Amino acid sequence: MNYKMMGKFLSQILMMEVIFMLPALFISIFDGEEPAIMGFVTAIAVTSLVSLLLYFVCRKSENRFYAREGFVCVGVSWIAISLFGCLPFLLSGEIEKPVDALFEMVSGFTTTGASILTDVEALSRGMLYWRSFSHWLGGMGVLVFLLALAPNREAGSGFTMHLLRAESPGPNVGKLVPKMRTTARILYLIYIFLTLLDFVFLLCGGMPVFDAVCTAFGTAGTGGFGIKNDSIAGYSPYIQNVCTVFMLLFGMNFSCYYLLLLKQVKAVWKDEELRLYAVIVLGSILLIVWNIHGYYGTLGETVRHAAFQVASVVTTTGFATTDFDLWPNFSKILLLMLMFVGACAGSTAGGLKVGRVLLLFKNLKRNIRRLLNPRRVEVVRVNGAKTSEEVLRNTNTYLAAYVLIMMISVLLVSVDELSIPTNISAVISCFNNIGPGVDMVGPTANYSVFSGFSKMVLIFDMLAGRLEIFPILILFSRSTWRNAKFSRKI
Amino acid sequence: MKIIIAGDGKVGLTLTQKLAAEGHDLTLIDSKQSVLDSSTERYDVMGIQGNCASMEVLNRAKVKNADLLIAVTSTDEINLLCCMTAHGLHPEINTIARIRNPEYGKQIFTMREVYSLSLIVNPEKQAAREIERLIKFPGFLQRDTFAKSRVEIVELRLEKGGRLCDVRLMDLERVVKCKVLVCAVSRSGSVSIPDGNFILREGDHVFFTATSENLTFMLQNLGVITRRAKRVMICGGGRIGYYLAERLARDKVQVQLIEQNGDRCEELAEELPEEVCVIHGDASSQFLLESEGIDECDALVTMTGMDEMNMILSLYGKNCKVPQVITKVGHLEKSSIHDSLDLGSVVCPKELCCNEIVRYVRAMQNTQGAAVTLHNIADGQVEALEFVADDQTRHLGMPLRDIRLKKNILIACITHGSDTRIPTGDSFYRRGDSVIIVARGGMKLLTFNDIFE
Repeated sequence: MNYKMMGKFLSQILMMEVIFMLPALFISIFDGEEPAIMGFVTAIAVTSLVSLLLYFVCRKSENRFYAREGFVCVGVSWIAISLFGCLPFLLSGEIEKPVDALFEMVSGFTTTGASILTDVEALSRGMLYWRSFSHWLGGMGVLVFLLALAPNREAGSGFTMHLLRAESPGPNVGKLVPKMRTTARILYLIYIFLTLLDFVFLLCGGMPVFDAVCTAFGTAGTGGFGIKNDSIAGYSPYIQNVCTVFMLLFGMNFSCYYLLLLKQVKAVWKDEELRLYAVIVLGSILLIVWNIHGYYGTLGETVRHAAFQVASVVTTTGFATTDFDLWPNFSKILLLMLMFVGACAGSTAGGLKVGRVLLLFKNLKRNIRRLLNPRRVEVVRVNGAKTSEEVLRNTNTYLAAYVLIMMISVLLVSVDELSIPTNISAVISCFNNIGPGVDMVGPTANYSVFSGFSKMVLIFDMLAGRLEIFPILILFSRSTWRNAKFSRKI
Repeated sequence: MKIIIAGDGKVGLTLTQKLAAEGHDLTLIDSKQSVLDSSTERYDVMGIQGNCASMEVLNRAKVKNADLLIAVTSTDEINLLCCMTAHGLHPEINTIARIRNPEYGKQIFTMREVYSLSLIVNPEKQAAREIERLIKFPGFLQRDTFAKSRVEIVELRLEKGGRLCDVRLMDLERVVKCKVLVCAVSRSGSVSIPDGNFILREGDHVFFTATSENLTFMLQNLGVITRRAKRVMICGGGRIGYYLAERLARDKVQVQLIEQNGDRCEELAEELPEEVCVIHGDASSQFLLESEGIDECDALVTMTGMDEMNMILSLYGKNCKVPQVITKVGHLEKSSIHDSLDLGSVVCPKELCCNEIVRYVRAMQNTQGAAVTLHNIADGQVEALEFVADDQTRHLGMPLRDIRLKKNILIACITHGSDTRIPTGDSFYRRGDSVIIVARGGMKLLTFNDIFE
């Protein structure tokens, strides 16, 4: 294992985090909130000190970097930015317990949006900004951002593929253009442009600038931290509709936008994953509208709430305009199922991803047909191209790991003796990076009911869900660390 | 530059490595996904799986935005078709094809015109040319020419008790009695660009630069053999063997070509001139080698399909006191394994071919001030580059002692018109002069001005 190279990487990531903390500090200074200023200043000082120290120790690193280092690097980086990112909450005293602060930060970076705060509005604006900004950064990926800035020499070796693969969700991650740095830049430019567009639309609806910035960050990263206790419910229907549309847009595969830029409209139109995504969203909205008619005054309002909640859950954002915990069971179960599915691969959303669901179903269909004609040879096609058996195998493995972790987590969390729907939906919601669940963790409630131990389990789930399990799981595997000495010699 | 490489084999991979290091946008096409995966894992490139001659695949590789297509699959016809298809889709694209079949050898120039290819490379033919040169000028391990063959860089290995051992470089001129420059020394695997205080030791591989006349003079002074080879034994009748035998036979050298495959022997006997003696047999048999007179030949060239076999045969040849031994290495990266064994000169066709392509790419990238030719010496640890000074070049007409160069860079030679000389502190270059630079490998010198501080 090349520890020095990883240390150097880590120091760069921490330095980047310091730079991103600065705007939050300025907001606190502008508001004159003394505890918040103290919190940010101390956090910035500590983080930059650690970063410089790491850089100093690791500056003379060899450039050997393999798959193992790539995975470990991703896992360790995410844990590190979460640990240092929660310092402002803790040092300012706005969140008292360390576990709570870490939960809040991990929930931010993993774009979950699950909160332990009973009163969000009590936080200072600097903290609210930092919370929402973590969604934006975590949505597209911290390491991808670094790759976009890194000099070509460093971004220009093959291992960066592992970083992209680990951070960019989906069964079959590929580069848009030959160079990694250019790919990362294209992704971030599209992301920034869409975020700005969202911001402008929100401003047009008469939203205050600060609220619009935070809401745009939360939407873009499909995170879901609200800055009001009632999330988005207090804003005008126009703003709610803008949010619905943009949540769905950020749930699309970003390579679709790149294809649109290249004017390959036909390829996007024919994209099977996108079509399935559209079918799932529209179908769910229709079913829920049918199921909840009569709950709201007009049909328009019903559709608005149904569409918002479906978009919010399927893209794993977790904003709410109404308490869906009060809806009939059919709608609740449907929403829970949407939590599993998630949005498209290559988006900022969590969950299994529509692309994976598509592959699983196609593979299932093939295996059933093979039962009837045992000698039949068939390939699984997506968008007309053959999907390799390895991708299919990986998808199956992913599903197995996914289910296993979920079951173990539910078991561990149930130690707290809360209701069964609470436990199950909390794990589903955290693991798929959504935020609200049902019952005691419903849209109007929060995660403060859980014990410290359960919160740690949920923190693990959020990280594992965001990084698609393996980069986090690998940190706990003995073989990752065992051969460290041996591999350095090679 | 946006470059598509079709065929991710031996040459494809080496090209990927070299061109990726120079910062080009590379897209690889290969029919095997597993090969592509291992490449994309090592280098920052994109892989596309499919048949490189199909329009659909080329479109997926964005041929319409590409500047250059390099077709190096194992089949000549596919390479040609690939280049032609790409040209049809995007007429401005430059194309390089690898054509290896000797049957096409005579029509290379016509083919280039008819199919509008920019360059045709033939690694085997190149290797044969290289080996021929080594045989014709024995005594040194490698030899390269620059400035239209007026300047040479040669590699010499200092034998025990040689006249150059323990000589300080300042005193070199006194010992060899003419003007030569030592541009690089390889000592037990590590290469340095020495200064005047450097002392040569036994076992060093020394790279000399000199004009052709001076070099001959030096070799005579040093007592290095320049005897002409009369009998050459070639083990392995592959394509290189064929080209080499043909070339040597043209020069009235007696050639014995040993090949294992009976059918191939018939083919060779049919294609090659009568003077070449084609022998059907296993070159690894000591009896056969002895009965064909290995101890009487002036040079042994080992180029069977297996690198390991070649090495062992070369060691045996050395043991039999064959004056010159040349080993072909195909698969293995040039490494310290070769250095630790006494294999004579080592020739790697893949490397030669890649260098030619990289040279072309560099020339294409920057027609102003770019390196005209590039040579790898000492396994690529040191590069020799030839530049032509133009109006943009800095320090025109300034004495070299006043110019500050980057570290590990040496101006080895300046050619003005027909006058080539090894520079001293008072030398200078003018517009239009061709200047040879020796630099540590991997320094990425794209233009002449890159060498200055």
